[in-house]
Amino acid sequence: MKYLLVEDNLELAEAVASRIRLDGHTVDHAAKIAEASAFVDTGEYDLILLDIMLPDGDGRSFLKQHRARKNLTPVIVLTARSQVSDRISLLDLGADDYLTKPFDHAELQARCRAVLRRNAGSALSVQTFGDVEFDAVSGILIVNKESINLRNRELRLLELLIGSKGQVFSKQKLVDRLFSYDDDVSENAIEVYIGRLRKHLEGSKLRIVTLRGLGYRLDYDG
Amino acid sequence: MTADVNVSGSLRRRLTLILTGGAAVLAVILFLVVRVLAAQVAQQGQDNILTASMASALDTAVIREGRITLDFPYSSFSMLNTVADDRVFYAIHEGATLLSGYNWLVPPSDLVNGVATFETTIFNGDQVRVATGMRVLTGADGPRTVSVSIAQTQDALSNTLNAISRNIALLGLGFFVLSSVLAIWAASTTSGQMHRLTTSVTRRGPQDLSPVTKPVPSEMAPLVGSLNRFMSRLDQSLTQSEDFIAEAAHRIRTPLATVRSHAEATLQRVEHKENRKSLQAMVRAIDESSRAAGQLLDHAMVTFRAENLETSQIDLTDLLRDLVQSMSPMAEMKDISIAMELDGPANLQGDAILLQNALRNLIDNALKYAPVETGVTVRVVTDPRLAISIIDQGQGFAADEIHTLRGRFIRGKDMDNTVGSGLGLTIAHEVAIAHGGEMILTNTAEGGACVTLYL
Repeated sequence: MKYLLVEDNLELAEAVASRIRLDGHTVDHAAKIAEASAFVDTGEYDLILLDIMLPDGDGRSFLKQHRARKNLTPVIVLTARSQVSDRISLLDLGADDYLTKPFDHAELQARCRAVLRRNAGSALSVQTFGDVEFDAVSGILIVNKESINLRNRELRLLELLIGSKGQVFSKQKLVDRLFSYDDDVSENAIEVYIGRLRKHLEGSKLRIVTLRGLGYRLDYDG
Repeated sequence: MTADVNVSGSLRRRLTLILTGGAAVLAVILFLVVRVLAAQVAQQGQDNILTASMASALDTAVIREGRITLDFPYSSFSMLNTVADDRVFYAIHEGATLLSGYNWLVPPSDLVNGVATFETTIFNGDQVRVATGMRVLTGADGPRTVSVSIAQTQDALSNTLNAISRNIALLGLGFFVLSSVLAIWAASTTSGQMHRLTTSVTRRGPQDLSPVTKPVPSEMAPLVGSLNRFMSRLDQSLTQSEDFIAEAAHRIRTPLATVRSHAEATLQRVEHKENRKSLQAMVRAIDESSRAAGQLLDHAMVTFRAENLETSQIDLTDLLRDLVQSMSPMAEMKDISIAMELDGPANLQGDAILLQNALRNLIDNALKYAPVETGVTVRVVTDPRLAISIIDQGQGFAADEIHTLRGRFIRGKDMDNTVGSGLGLTIAHEVAIAHGGEMILTNTAEGGACVTLYL
């Protein structure tokens, strides 16, 4: 997935971008509206994350331009303003969703997923591993021609494991990556989700391996 | 919000009173003046006839054989004929001695030769007009003074006067009625101008501070000018404070977001338990403060708008659908499904922004406190009373605090693990009250929390 992050605060941009890259996505960063326009003109993006207060203008004017050009790339606004009237005017201007700073990365991911699901359909996000088809956006897993609707947490766990096949994740790392810090998720909960995924993947060439004392790893015997 | 205004009288009433009062006074004056003039003219007419009658009689006075004789011509009485059959009296005196006629007709003492004098007296209860003339006849034994008085009752005169008075009275009344109508019309067009201005100002939404551009009469220009200047100052200061709040929020929230994102990123790398704990505490504290800031702003907005409801017809189904859609990513994170149950189309007159805010807070609460992989129900009941319930499958409200939770900054016990400011329920409660309803907290039979807004 390719993101365009429009944010003038370099520190924040760096932190957000690195977190998104950690999930296996590509991020371009623009610090101004002018840069953002140049990026959009030359490249294709799946999603734009847009700050509102930018040095060379209001992010809303970019949004207006963007929609006037009939560009369909969904936009999620990252705003420091939280007043209801602001939220409503943002959505009226064509933003697909908004998030108030400071935001939870898990929530950002959830909103991105929801927006992509509403907008794009899922052709771009289907990954195939032999007899397994996985659509990270719609959350549909097809194993042996049987379609399974993954629950959100199973989906995110599988997405994470598939994104870094062959890499070992400790339970703690999985908790960190998957859950918001608001949720009080114990490491044992991970076992539940791993168990469910294993059941879904039964009979396929994808296997979740337990490495005692280390964590989990997804193997593909393709 | 009903602004207290020190009201003293009404311009319209005052204007109407002054104008109709003026018209009434004018009508009375008109009546009196015309009546007096008419009376004078009529009196003049009678006096002229009386004089002619008296003079024609006096002209016939001669001294014959030392006696004064008068020969009343027929015409001198016939000219006094009136439609009202007024009675005529006469008296002839030589000096003060009555020669002939009625003795109650006494000539005045200051008679001048050839000049008629008039007086009005009462005879037998009737008002009579008396004209008296005097001639000096020269006889053999010197000059002798003869005077003739002709008196006539005034029935015809007063009849005429009454008829004229009636007409003038009618005229005056007509004048008064016409003036009153004009006065009321003038007063109402004048106050109508102000009324129009008032409506155009009061019809505005609380946010509309644009100047009044409708044409106004020049007398109202200074008022409207000051009003416009006042509104533009208010607008400016509101914009400034809004900009200030937005700028302040930007300045504070952006670094907070930076810290949070860095903390989150660092957590991915840090293994040491102590360090992880403090990083997590940091993230939690940031969430807490930003949430509190957001809810404080929401609460301020609710308090402001509650006094100044901007109501419109709201389709509750649409509002809830939008809301549920925007909250669904957060629900998904915990694999909570949000179900909507409506028993029919639900419309109400209310402030959409306030209702949205209240419901958002309630759904947000439900999502926070409900366990993973459960359901949250948004139920709308329209009969017998419109009620919106948000029901979760969490542990519900503690029985001993169910009545205190609506207060400001009051949070339930055992909520240490969940970020909250204690304003969510307060906001929802105040929104319900602003709509003439209330908020009731209950627990479901299964133990979950149920918050119902009755509107």
